Amino acid sequence: MYHRPRLTLMSNKNIKTVMDKDGIERCLTRVAYEILEKNKGMENIVLVGIRTGGVYLAQRLQKKMSDIEHGKIPLGILDITLYRDDISASNKKPRLGETKISFSLDDKIVVLVDDVLFTGRTIRAAMDALIDFGRPKMIQLAVLIDRGHRELPIRADFVGKNLPSSLWEAVRVDLVEKNGVDEVVIEEGT
Amino acid sequence: MKFERKDILGIKELSVDEINFILETAESFLEVSTRKIKKVPTLRGKTIINLFYEASTRTRTSFEIAGKRLSADTINISSSTSSVVKGETLIDTARNLEAMNPDVIVIRHSASGAPHLLAKLVKQSIINAGDGAHEHPTQALLDMMTIKEHKGKIAGLKVAIIGDIEHSRVARSNIYGLSKMGANIIVAGPATMMPRDIEQMGVKVFNKIEEAIEGADVIMMLRIQLERQKQSIFPSLREYSQRYCLNRNNIKLARKDVIVMHPGPINRGVEISPDIADDPSFSVILNQVNKGVAVRMALLYLLTGGSE
Repeated sequence: MYHRPRLTLMSNKNIKTVMDKDGIERCLTRVAYEILEKNKGMENIVLVGIRTGGVYLAQRLQKKMSDIEHGKIPLGILDITLYRDDISASNKKPRLGETKISFSLDDKIVVLVDDVLFTGRTIRAAMDALIDFGRPKMIQLAVLIDRGHRELPIRADFVGKNLPSSLWEAVRVDLVEKNGVDEVVIEEGT
Repeated sequence: MKFERKDILGIKELSVDEINFILETAESFLEVSTRKIKKVPTLRGKTIINLFYEASTRTRTSFEIAGKRLSADTINISSSTSSVVKGETLIDTARNLEAMNPDVIVIRHSASGAPHLLAKLVKQSIINAGDGAHEHPTQALLDMMTIKEHKGKIAGLKVAIIGDIEHSRVARSNIYGLSKMGANIIVAGPATMMPRDIEQMGVKVFNKIEEAIEGADVIMMLRIQLERQKQSIFPSLREYSQRYCLNRNNIKLARKDVIVMHPGPINRGVEISPDIADDPSFSVILNQVNKGVAVRMALLYLLTGGSE
């Protein structure tokens, strides 16, 4: 069987799959239980996914948590572009996505969801954005992958998988909703 | 899509991709204005100068609010309180402003091409907020955004633009923009207010408002610009309004779900009857104003969000 022939044929990069579909599913199921356990149920919990990978993961967590607790957990979408710290320094003008948080964050336990935790700068931006929407009781962080190399004093409350990586490697989370396949890969330049 | 422009001078030079990209970006900015705290830190430390040589409420306020909601510092200069009254030329004013290192200069001027001159002279980004009877690109962009919101698309729509086409920068920018986006444009107005080569812009021309608005999806009424008419080009306002005013009667010729637009300020009872202007089942005039802030936020973001 050819496994993603296009990628392996066309790039010189060394690609290693570190998590497959089932692995991602199991991680998310565990994280869903952990969130509920830590907060003693779903009361006051809201999920906020960070565009774009975090949104899909937050949707999956929402479904799992709702199934476990037989209730509905609100879900918001956050685009952190306007809060980035490199917006005026870099040459890029990132495409801006819509932020959609249609409920109050006041006194809520906000669980931020992202795919990969790396330098921590995205999370810093996300927290600044959340504070502009209200005064949450607490902000917690759930990520699928923690690859280390923090540049800010930030840590995750819920981690799917710790993945020690070198700075020369890229960690990519592919999700069915976005790329048509569920997997986590490490790309290494040759 | 990469947005590489230094200035926004007119719709004429924008591509369909660029227009779509600006409108998409503006969509995302709509949300910021609905928050309790209507401010994001994106343009912290940037300076925006609004240089207005002509009167304006909407456009100037809109640019100022857009800049402030992005945390930029905005400074307003109007000609009446500036050294223009002492006889300083536009070029000298621009060079002096440049020396104070702003990031964007928004200019409105009664002379067509004034923003283009500035764009060549100074290194800052220039946004045209209306130059003479030439272009008003931000108005056309917010109009396109409003149409898109109500109709879901622009391509294939029948858009009637009524009034003083000759002197209207709003009409010119909208004709460029809407025809690029695939709309069918019809214009109507008195012969004295119709540019001679108007057909070359790819529009259909009628003399009567009734012919133009028949079956229209969108009606755009233009303001009779009394300040631009040194010698009168129509006998009286009353005669104009008898022939070209949009009212309860003639609007029946348009499609049932027609939307009525106006760039403001309205001359009530001249180009549009008050009951139409205030009827929310037709009028999207205040919606246009609402979109204006988002469009201007998008442009300020795209022009400053990482240039240099």
